[in-house]
Order: sequence, then C-alpha cells, then structure tokens
Amino acid sequence: MSGRIHSLESFGTVDGPGTRFVVFVQGCPMRCAYCHNPDTWAMTGGTIMEASEIIEQYERNKPFYQNGGGLTVTGGEPLMQIDFLIELFTLCKEKGIHTCIDTSGIAYKPTNTEYNAKLDHLMTMTDLVMLDIKHIDPEKHKELTKQPNDGILAFAAYLNEKKVDMWIRHVVVPGITDDEEYLYKLGYFIGQFTNLKALDVLPYHDMAKKKYKELNIDYALKDVKPMDKNLIPEKKQFILNGIKKRREEMGIAK
Amino acid sequence: MRPEWTDFVTGKWDKEVNVRDFIQRNYTPYDGDEAFLAGPTQNTKDLWNQVLDLQKQERAAGGVLDMDTKVVSTITSHGPGYLDKSKETIVGFQTDKPFKRSLQPYGGIRMAEKACADNGYTVDPEISEFFSTHRKTHNAGVFDAYTPEMRACRTAHIITGLPDAYGRGRIIGDYRRVALYGIDRLIEDKEDQKASTGRVMTDDVIRLREEISEQITALKMMKQMAASYGCDISKPAANVQEAIQWTYFGYLCAVKEQNGAAMSLGRTSTFLDVYAERDLKNGTFTEEQIQEFVDHFIMKLRCVKFARTPEYNQIFAGDPVWVTESLGGVGIDGRPLVTKMSFRYLNTLNNLGASPEPNLTVLWSTRLPEGWKKFCAKMSIKTSSIQYENDDLMRVTHGDDYGIACCVSSMRIGKEMQFFGARANVAKCLLYALNGGIDEVTKKQVGPKYRPVTGDVLDYDDVMEKFTDMLEWQAEVYVNTLNIIHYMHDKYCYERAQMALHDRDVRRYFATGVAGLSIVADSLSAIKYAKVEVVRDEDGIIVDFKTTGDFPKYGNDDDRVDSIAQEIVHKFMTAIRRHHVYRDGFPTTSILTITSNVTYGKATGNTPDGRRKGQPFAPGANPMHGRDTHGAVASLSSVSKLPFNDAQDGISNTFTIIPSALGKDDQIFAGDIEVDLSK
Repeated sequence: MSGRIHSLESFGTVDGPGTRFVVFVQGCPMRCAYCHNPDTWAMTGGTIMEASEIIEQYERNKPFYQNGGGLTVTGGEPLMQIDFLIELFTLCKEKGIHTCIDTSGIAYKPTNTEYNAKLDHLMTMTDLVMLDIKHIDPEKHKELTKQPNDGILAFAAYLNEKKVDMWIRHVVVPGITDDEEYLYKLGYFIGQFTNLKALDVLPYHDMAKKKYKELNIDYALKDVKPMDKNLIPEKKQFILNGIKKRREEMGIAK
Repeated sequence: MRPEWTDFVTGKWDKEVNVRDFIQRNYTPYDGDEAFLAGPTQNTKDLWNQVLDLQKQERAAGGVLDMDTKVVSTITSHGPGYLDKSKETIVGFQTDKPFKRSLQPYGGIRMAEKACADNGYTVDPEISEFFSTHRKTHNAGVFDAYTPEMRACRTAHIITGLPDAYGRGRIIGDYRRVALYGIDRLIEDKEDQKASTGRVMTDDVIRLREEISEQITALKMMKQMAASYGCDISKPAANVQEAIQWTYFGYLCAVKEQNGAAMSLGRTSTFLDVYAERDLKNGTFTEEQIQEFVDHFIMKLRCVKFARTPEYNQIFAGDPVWVTESLGGVGIDGRPLVTKMSFRYLNTLNNLGASPEPNLTVLWSTRLPEGWKKFCAKMSIKTSSIQYENDDLMRVTHGDDYGIACCVSSMRIGKEMQFFGARANVAKCLLYALNGGIDEVTKKQVGPKYRPVTGDVLDYDDVMEKFTDMLEWQAEVYVNTLNIIHYMHDKYCYERAQMALHDRDVRRYFATGVAGLSIVADSLSAIKYAKVEVVRDEDGIIVDFKTTGDFPKYGNDDDRVDSIAQEIVHKFMTAIRRHHVYRDGFPTTSILTITSNVTYGKATGNTPDGRRKGQPFAPGANPMHGRDTHGAVASLSSVSKLPFNDAQDGISNTFTIIPSALGKDDQIFAGDIEVDLSK
C-alpha cells in the first residue's frame, strides 16, 4: 500500500513526545488562513511511497527514536489516507514503534460507517492523537479554515470513547483566536474528555509567508502580526479555566 | 613513598612514569548533578574583567596589542608576567606580560617577519639576519628539498594548508606528568632512556639520542621558568592548586616554544580531580577555592596567543589555538571517567562566560552518567561552546587515556603523537581527472598529462576510472611532500618541550586529510544518476557543467550516494597507504576542514554537483549546505557511514541548530494537563 508523501523529517522534536521520525503526507481539504505548510494542500503531487519504505528508513536510525520517541504522521491531513495509515501503523506495531497522528480531525464524519470501521481499526494501533482544534465557534471556524467544525468536535468525542490518548493543540492568532470567551469555551468543551493528556498552545508565526509567495498563493493574514509568545501562558490559562469548570460540573477529579 | 603522594593508592605508577595507572587506581567517579558547583569569586571576576578589557584594547588596536620583536621565545626567554599578582591563584604567561605575542622564528623567519609586519611591527634586523644566514629554519629546509611538482601543487591549492612555513602542532605533551612526578624524576627517566638506546650509531639512534638530550635541556629549563614564578616544580605537586599550576607550566613551556597549528592540552580534568578529592577530604581547600583555581587556569588558557599573518587567519577563520581539553569518556573497565572536575571545567563557561577556547570536548558514550549528560546538554544550549566526540568508537583503538588534538585527532597521551598533514583537495582532483591534469583555474598543467575526458556527456565508469588514477597521483605527491615537511620540522623546529613529556618510543601518526568529500560524492552521483554535460572553454578545458535531472545527494541517508562517499574515502586511504612515510609513521586521514573550507572553495572551479566556482566547500564531512533535506538524523546518518578505519584521524560534522528546533522552551509531556490544572 502506498501513500502520497510530501516529505520525511528524521529529527522531529516538536511533533509529539521525544525525538520522532515525522511523515508529512500530501493533501489537505482545510485551508487554514495561517497554515504554515500550504505546499501540502494539493491532493495530487508529492512522492508515492510504500509504507514499508518508510518503516525501513525509520529502522535505519531507530536508536534516535527509542527513548520515548516514535513516529508521527502529519501533513497535510493524514486521515485522508486512512488505508495507507492502517498499513503503516500495522508495520509500526509489529516493530513496537510508538505511533502518533497529528490531525485536524476534518476527515471524520459520524455517519460514514464504512470509513469509521477503518478508523476503529486504525485507532487500535494509535498511541496518541494530537488534535488541532482551530476554533471552537462554528462560524469563526468556517471563516478561518473554509470548513465546518462539527465533525472535528465529534472526532474528539470519538477518541474519548475509543480511549485513545489525546493532546489538544491550538494556535493563538492575534485578533482571530485569542479572544478569552472562545478560549474558555474551547476549554469547556475539551474538559469533558478523560482521554485529554496535554494541551499545547502555540503562538501564531508568519514564517510561512515566503512559501506562499513562492506558491503564488495570497496570504490571508498579511496584516496580522506574529503572536507574542510571552502572552501564551495567559491565553492558555483561559482554556484551562474552561477545562476546570467543566470537570467540576462533571465531577471529574482535578 | 613521596610525601606528596600520601593517601594515594600505589601501583605501577609510583615505580614507572604511568599517569593512566595513577588515575585508574585513584579517581572517584561522580554520577551526581551540577548542584555542588561554585560560582566565581570576586578575584575571578576582577581578573576576568581585566582580560575582557585587554581583549577590547586588542580589538581596538586592530587585532594585536603587543608583539615581541627582539627576544626569540624559549622556555626561559621571558621573566614572569601577571594580570594582578595578588589575585592570581594560577600564574604564567607566554611572555612577560599578558596579550604580548612572542617571536617564534624556528618554523620560518619569513612567516615571523610577515606576522610582525602585517601588524605594524618590525623584527629586529639582527634576528632576521641571524635566522636567514646563520640558523636555518624549518621553512627554508622544506623549500630546499621541494620538487617543482610539489611547488606547483601547492600554488594550485590541490594540496593545501601545508605546515611548511609554520609550526605543525597537533602534539600533546603529557603535561600531567609534571604534576605527578616533578621534573627531577622525569629527567631521571629521560637519562635512563638515553642510556637505553642501541649501540650501533645508525641515523635513527643518533637522532633519538640527540632528541632525548634536547628534551632533558627543555626539562631543566622548565624548572628554571617555574622558579621565576616562585614555584619549585622539581618535586611533585602536593595539592590541587599545585597540580593545576604544575600541569599548566608544562603546557606553558610548549606554547612558549611552538606556534603550532593546534596546541592542545590533553585530558587533565579527571587526573586533577584526584588531588581535589584528597584536598576536600583533608579540608585543605573548599569547593569555592578549587573552582577558583580551575577558573584561573582556564582564564590563562584563554589568553594563549600567537603571532600570525592575515593569510593564516584566513585559512583557519580567525586565530585559533585549539587548546583542546578532552572531558569524560568511559574507562575500559566500564567506569565512566566523569568526575567533579569534569563539571568544574564546564562550569567555567558559567563563571567566565562562553568561549571557543579552550576547546572543551566531551568524549561521549551512551554509558555516561545521566547527570553529566544533562549538564553537557544544558551548557551546550546555554553557550554553544562544547564539542562532542564518539568515545565508544575511539576507545576501541585508543584505550581510555587518549586526548584530542585540534578538533578530532585522537592520540594516547604521552604515548602517541601526530605529524599534522593538512589536506588534499579531492574536489579539485576530480576536475584534474576530467581535464587531464590541467588546473581549471590557472589553466596550467599541474597534474600528470593523463587522457582527459572526451565527449560532451560524462560517463560514470569513465570518470571514476580517471578519478581513481588522478587520486593515486595526488596521494603520492601529497605523501612525499609531507615526508619532506616532517623531516625538516624534526630537524629545525623540534618540539622538545612536548616530546620531553612523552615516552621514548612513541607511535607517530602520519596524518593526511581530505577536503571536498561531499562535493565529489554529489558530483559522481550527478554523473551516475542524472545527465551531466560538460562546457568547454576556447582551449577545450572543461570549465562548467550542465546537469539535467535529479540525483541522490549525500546527507539524506541514501545509500546510492553515501556508498560513493565511502568508496572515495577508502580509495584515498588505500592510495596513501601505498607509500613510504617518514619515520615509520602510521598513515591516517581525516575529514575535518572545519574552517578552511571557505578558502579551499575559493581556489576550486565549478563542479558537476552544481556548486559554482569559488563557493565554499561544506565543512568537514558535512553534506553540502541545503542539500540534506531529510532532517538532522538522516544527515548525521550519512556522515556516520564513513569508515572510521579509513579515516582514523577523525571525521567531523559541524552541526548547527536553532534552539527551538531542539524542542520547545516549554516542553509538553503526556500527563501535563494534570500538572497545568493543579497550578
């Protein structure tokens, strides 16, 4: 089974726990205004690679990934290539490799039973999902990403039901996703899930501007300044407050 | 048993000169963290501010503050020099005052004159006359013996950076011997060695006897020099302050007499820790005091300076001394050689701030204690001042008492030395292969008139065959050039102080080096996997290339090209091994142009990999800049495939990474949500 691969990074330190081998897949239906990998959007292009080739590359340097690291699939949107992921993770589990998917959750539709059967299977081989919720508000989400967020939020509930460890990632963009009310709401929403293991709040940066220029794509946030990273703890606290509130209401310890 | 050795466990070391045995029997491994370390004392701060002020003055003066033009530097040529005598716990400068560069003409009088002239000074005419007429120098000797072909290769930079006009360096005296035994015992040992030579006076025996005599003279002068600072080093050091001081005096004598390309210190920290542990136990000194001694020692090492020319500084990208000190590693019995003193050395980067000198080099093993690993990582992130080398790889051939000279050259301390041999530009050699020995820049016939490449598209097998032939020629002229250089260096610029701190029968590594490896690997890969057309000038000389199609590039963990890099290293080393080398040397090669890659690039034309004429080479064994597209692990993996057996003098990789790419400031861990929520 082959996948459409954008690139491979042999020394990933920010995409999951430890040092990781990171697979960037090609193709994503989201059009997030601040996306820093617009070169992975197109559903065509990339390099066709076999899952076994990727595992072979991982194995060559596995001492680097052994102490708490593993393999992360990101992109692009990994769950758009679910058959490929199933084969890749099957091989990972044969080798005892820690697996992680970095996803927007956009591929999930609660009613798509055929797809969800595959997803159920994939989740049995997935150690961690990093779910990037772009915006808690449906309208704002659509503005920001050109896609609705109902499936994404349902995906969080699905992961909880399947007891797959989940980290929530959230990018804070000045004037767009830094509002206290929405951050609190986001926290209140994710606070209900007991599979939530970490919250990673990331400051927006504009380092992708150059890529957009090269690809001749208009950069939607050209007037938005990068987020001051010193303000992140404060923003993160808004989300934590929401989580706390929800947990209190539900009687979930701490 | 000498009184200075009270409380030490005896063994072979107290009957023969054997520092390793002393360390093994007496050191205390430390597997804790850095919490015990002490900050700088007021005296340390004051002295360091003085040094910083001198550095500022030196920069303002255009790079040199003062130069000696009248006194030829020897171990005893200068009286004592101080920053502030009342505050210094470790003393000694190369001349009679800090930041005054000494005059060292034995490597070559013209180089010494030029170093002065370029900095606005003039060597005393009497000295110039003496070293031009009455006393020959290394440089003069070399040029008397060079063949026209060697001169042409040198001018064309196909062999380059040769130590034929300056000190070769890369020899590490076992400076610890001064502290452990005292000079008198070392002289006795040398007298025994002299008495032990063969009775038939062959060239080798005569030379050995003369050299040992030179060494004994140097030892006597060391005592005299130390006495001028009020220290009696005829006897062993009695405490850690003396041990550091005696060790430093040994090193100081070396840098008073040799302006070498790399003047490294060795592996001193764990040795010195034995004294520190004894003093702590006996209450002789406190941790603060011991750290102060170390800080003052390191401060002195940071003040070592040589008179050099702008051209030299260009080759080496600055004015490096390469005071390399090797830290840590693991013993052959499995005990890590990390001690509290290893921590104290790195702690100088906290107490005095970051610095490239001394070149603190951690001998890395997977089996090092966790506390030490973490401290190293922390100090690397904080100061970017630490070099790492693979102890697990080198211990196999060098045991557990080797040190690094310069950046990667490993040698057993006091038992092995190196003849430094600069490097061969293999990228240029590839171009010579294409053009039948004609230099692509000067258009002169430098190499042999072999058949050049015909046709417009390069064929891999054809090029590889021609390149192999040209490499054989290059290796031959290179080795022979080095034979002349080392013969003359031994004759006219012998390192008596450093060799006095070696055994009688040392192993001499005959070091060679390669520059441009990644360019040749990528070029051959382009020829093999893409289409490379040649562009000829009006004289039919290939001066450029047109490459169509993609090709695997070294640095991406891709065996198709990494195997080519391996093959080149093996071919080169095989060619080197074919030749007679001076003084029964053991031939090695290195892939380590850390700084001179820029100069080599300037002298080399367009290459088939797409590199343009004049563009820098990648440093050392690094992939070419920007061509490693699969991340750091893949890049390192390509480098690590290079065969150490064919490059025993070391393989270097310069690794730069922005801190945020090593992980986030605020690393996220599974389970963090509980921590966050409980805040």
